[in-house]
Amino acid sequence: MSATLFGWAVLAAQILLVAAMACPLWRVLRGPRAQDRVLALDTLYIISAMLLLVFGIRTGSTHYFEAALLITLLGFVATAALAKFLMRGEVIE
Amino acid sequence: MNGAADLPLWLALPVALLLLAGAGLALVGSIGLMRLRGFYDRVHAPAVVSTLGIGCVLLASMLYFSVLQTRFVLHELLIIVFVVVTTPVTLMLLTRAALYRDRRENSDEVPPLPED
Amino acid sequence: MRRLLPYPLLGLSLLLLWMLLQDSASPAALLLGAVLALAGCRVLVALRLPPTGPRGLAALASLRRLRALVALLGDVAVEVVRSNNAVARIILRVPGAREGRSGFVHVPLDMRNPYGLAALACILTATPGTVWVDYDEAESIMLLHVLDMIDEEQWVRIVKDKWERQLMDLFE
Repeated sequence: MSATLFGWAVLAAQILLVAAMACPLWRVLRGPRAQDRVLALDTLYIISAMLLLVFGIRTGSTHYFEAALLITLLGFVATAALAKFLMRGEVIE
Repeated sequence: MNGAADLPLWLALPVALLLLAGAGLALVGSIGLMRLRGFYDRVHAPAVVSTLGIGCVLLASMLYFSVLQTRFVLHELLIIVFVVVTTPVTLMLLTRAALYRDRRENSDEVPPLPED
Repeated sequence: MRRLLPYPLLGLSLLLLWMLLQDSASPAALLLGAVLALAGCRVLVALRLPPTGPRGLAALASLRRLRALVALLGDVAVEVVRSNNAVARIILRVPGAREGRSGFVHVPLDMRNPYGLAALACILTATPGTVWVDYDEAESIMLLHVLDMIDEEQWVRIVKDKWERQLMDLFE
């Protein structure tokens, strides 16, 4: 009984997160300016890390944790580099 | 789903609630990203996702694996610390970049540079 | 001792980070973590960071400051939950929530310590609803963007009374 309930809750969380990924994706495509797109991309990174964590709970494996950690790490570096690019027009001076 | 069959209710309930709360907050934050007008308003929306949103999901994950493996699984703390440190930095960097670009184009949306 | 371990707090946190990443407290993880912590401290020595205050980070170790730090972290946690709720209401346009008018606020600051200012910037930006935008070092005025502009005076007071005083206690 509790397992069925739990399964449904995890599924619902996954559906919510996928829906949550659609909005920033729309913002990435629509803009209107470069900073809006970068901001939306950063949000996409965080939400995909959350989706991986929920996947880990669903399958009962801790291996997804490493992927989530990597996504947050790379997402931060990517966003910082993009912000620097918006500011200066180049990443490495 | 291995191990989930013998899940006690006192664990299933809080983990499920935390997951739903986290996913719901993520949805709210991203709706804000879509709905709010202007870049400086939209900058506030991702903070909802990356503070409480991911916090709830990580807490759920910590609770679930700690009970399932009958030992403390704390490595989710790493992501919490990392996200807490990096979110303000990325948001600030982006806002400053936007401010710089808007000032260069003499947009009247932002306050001008202080006179000196 | 001072030469071997110039930043004890940083070394300890690096060791802790490694053990969390390995998810174990076995001797092997401990040993490798200790080596990494020592190497990390060496890197920081090479970078030559400015000291954290009149007494350095060691000042944080005193009991009074530790208590102040815990109180500050508790305040931040409460504020994050509260402002998450507030911002979510504005986004979803819950009936009863005010029609949000956003805007920039200039806040004059008394704090000069760079670490204190950095902590203030992180706290303000991490709580949804406020973003630190700019800081004018000469005039010591910061520029803040708020999503729910009640009125300018009130935000200045919130920043100064709620955060700046606590941070000045910690860092100056």
